[in-house]
Amino acid sequence: MWVTKPGARMLAASCLALMSFSTTAEPVSEGAMLSITCNGCHGPDGKSTGSIPAIGGKSADYIEKALLDFRDDKRPSTVMKRHAKGYSDAQIKLIAEYFAAKK
Amino acid sequence: MKKNMTRRNFIKASGAIVSSASLGSLLWPVKSFGLGGKPKPRVVIVGGGFGGVTCARYIKKFDTNIDVTLIERDTQFVTCPFSNLVLGGLRDMNSITYNYDAVKNKDGVNVIHDEVTDIDMEKRQIKTKGGQTFDYDRAVFSPGIDFLWDKVEGYSEADVETIPHAWKAGKQTTLLKSQLEAMEDGGTFVMVAPPNPFRCPPGPYERASMIAHYLKTNKPKSKVIILDAKENFSKQPLFTKGWEALYPGMIEWVAGTKGGIVTRADAKNMELHNEAGDTIKGAVINYIPHQAAGTIARKLGLADATGWCPVNQKTFESTLHKNIHVIGDSSVSDPLPKSGYAASSEGKMCAAAVVAAINGIEMPNPSYSNTCYSLVGPDYGISIAAVYRFDGAKIISVDGAGGVSPADADESFRRAEALYASGWYTSITQELFG
Repeated sequence: MWVTKPGARMLAASCLALMSFSTTAEPVSEGAMLSITCNGCHGPDGKSTGSIPAIGGKSADYIEKALLDFRDDKRPSTVMKRHAKGYSDAQIKLIAEYFAAKK
Repeated sequence: MKKNMTRRNFIKASGAIVSSASLGSLLWPVKSFGLGGKPKPRVVIVGGGFGGVTCARYIKKFDTNIDVTLIERDTQFVTCPFSNLVLGGLRDMNSITYNYDAVKNKDGVNVIHDEVTDIDMEKRQIKTKGGQTFDYDRAVFSPGIDFLWDKVEGYSEADVETIPHAWKAGKQTTLLKSQLEAMEDGGTFVMVAPPNPFRCPPGPYERASMIAHYLKTNKPKSKVIILDAKENFSKQPLFTKGWEALYPGMIEWVAGTKGGIVTRADAKNMELHNEAGDTIKGAVINYIPHQAAGTIARKLGLADATGWCPVNQKTFESTLHKNIHVIGDSSVSDPLPKSGYAASSEGKMCAAAVVAAINGIEMPNPSYSNTCYSLVGPDYGISIAAVYRFDGAKIISVDGAGGVSPADADESFRRAEALYASGWYTSITQELFG
């Protein structure tokens, strides 16, 4: 319906233009929602420069295994097991993929 | 309305991650322009602390096309986290002081140092003391806390020069530190801890720990008394155990029902009076007042009768006023605590909510966490952590996750958590100002 209205074509055009313009922007994804709160300790994009290990850019397999092991008490930790217990297998996978993409 | 729905459906159906400047743009006053001469959507953020700065930066992270203005009164920001370490002699003020250069230059946030005085919710305009007006499509308030001065007889805002609160870091921190330095060995430091809810639940007890550390090192005959309005406090068993280990006999904590509720303060004679009729003298007194949402939020009608700001628990949009979000200490978001980390976590989810709303897309389920470290001693750290979700109606703490450091942890565990406390600080301040 609205496509026939004046200005609608411009709207569509500007969407396309902006998509290519904002290539640096990060999508508001479920993975991002689960992961960005971790940056508080692990640094922007998980790239901590302090005493807390950096996770940004590590392989997804490594991060996933680490989180699962923390959660299932297979790997000793101070605070990480308390965090990891708050996430399902699927959520852990999303977090692992999110940080693995932060090369 | 119908038109909007149709547009949204189209955008969803087309699978595009839509980048702003599209919906309803003809309605926006023409001031700044995005591509194709369309005005950019505008977000104005009030308050440049943990919530506000994080929100500003993450909005830019999710959508570079949104015009983000951050209005903050001060040109420098002193973090409350680690200000207790300054009191303990472990850090100096410089190391906890930041400016907004990176927020401005790296992220392109329009940082305005001015004070918000008014809002026109119909016209969607925010006004400042400096006479500036800012149009917004969405506003985010993150004004932190302010103090209620009428809760204790004899103590007013003017008395903070004699009896500091030091509950907003900066000059007050320096003042309290200089008072401790001037105190004679054998003096008594008295802290008045506030009732719930207040900023940083473990904060008063970390402060007592850090001051005990300073006194033990420099003035070992001195004492620390905490007069508490409450019956218990955050991480209490861990603090109590740490105090016994590091400062035996030095710290006395007085619960509300045991005389901890202070009813009158006398700055001239450096005396406090409690409900039981006792007079407590202090060589140095630190009174942490009752708290409410930042004054500006209460003045503009964003707070309810409780003095705090009710919000939609998914988007942090005010339940009292549309298109305005409130995050951080000011908002009613429990079980999330009033902590810098939680404010930052809320700032991120609010950024996602704002970007989703502006672009007409559905916001994914939010996820929050909190991690608070407290130093009992330089090599003795303890922590509390939690993971939070939105259950469709409110924020809930995820069962089985979170909790405090183990009670029976050994020295190496406490040492590791002290080390991680400094890593926590490095990371979260980089998120804000790096």
